[in-house]
Amino acid sequence: MLTLSIQIAFVLVTAAIVLSFWRLFRGPDVPNRILALDTLYVNTIAILVLLGIHLDSALFFEAALLIALMGFIGTVALCKYLLRGDIIE
Amino acid sequence: MLEYFLSLLILIGAAFTFIGSLGLVRLKDLYTRLHGPTKATTLGVGSLLIASACYFSIYGENISLHELLITLFLFITAPVSAHLIAKAALHLNLPSLAKLQETEMNDEAEIDPAGAIEKNQDTDTRNAGQKTKPTDSLSDRT
Repeated sequence: MLTLSIQIAFVLVTAAIVLSFWRLFRGPDVPNRILALDTLYVNTIAILVLLGIHLDSALFFEAALLIALMGFIGTVALCKYLLRGDIIE
Repeated sequence: MLEYFLSLLILIGAAFTFIGSLGLVRLKDLYTRLHGPTKATTLGVGSLLIASACYFSIYGENISLHELLITLFLFITAPVSAHLIAKAALHLNLPSLAKLQETEMNDEAEIDPAGAIEKNQDTDTRNAGQKTKPTDSLSDRT
C-alpha cells in the first residue's frame, strides 16, 4: 500500500516538475520564469522527501533544507534585481 | 491502519503539488498564476513533510523533527517570495486580466494569454469590447 502510493506520488510530482519546466521555457516575461523557478525548488523538496521515504534513509533532509534556504534566497535576489536594478545596495 | 494514513497523506500531498504546477501552466495571467505555487504547492509539500515526519518517527529509532523545520521555513517564506514576485511584476507593468477601470495599465499593456496563437484574437476582441463599451453606454443614455 505504501509503496504503491509512493510510486503514484513519484509520478505526480515528476509531472509537476515537467509542467513547471514548461513554464520556465515558455514564460513570456521574467517574473513568470522566476515563479517557475520558485515552483521548481518546492517540487524538488517534495521529490527529495519522497525519495527519503522510499529509500528509508534520513540523509535527504539536510539536502531539502539547503534547497529550501537557497531557493528562497535566489528568489529574493532575482526579485530585488528586477525591482531595484541591484541586489545589495 | 497507520500505513493507510501515511499513504493518504502522501497521495494528498502529491495531488496538491501537481495541481499547483497545473495552475502554473494553465492560468492566463501572472497575478492569477501566483496562486497556484504559493498556496497549493506549499500545502502539498507540507503534507508530504508531515507524512515523512510520521514515517521516520514511527519506523525510526527516535522522533525526527527535521521535517517540521522545513515545513515551518516553507510556510514562512512562500508568502514573502510571492509578495516580492508580485511587486516585481507591478514594477514591470505586466498586463493583468482583471478589469481595471481608468488605469494606465489597461490602456498601454496588451493582455497576453499563454498561447501565442490566441494572442491576436484575444487582444482584438478585448480592444473591440473596450471601444464599444462606452458607445453602448452613451447610446443607452441618449
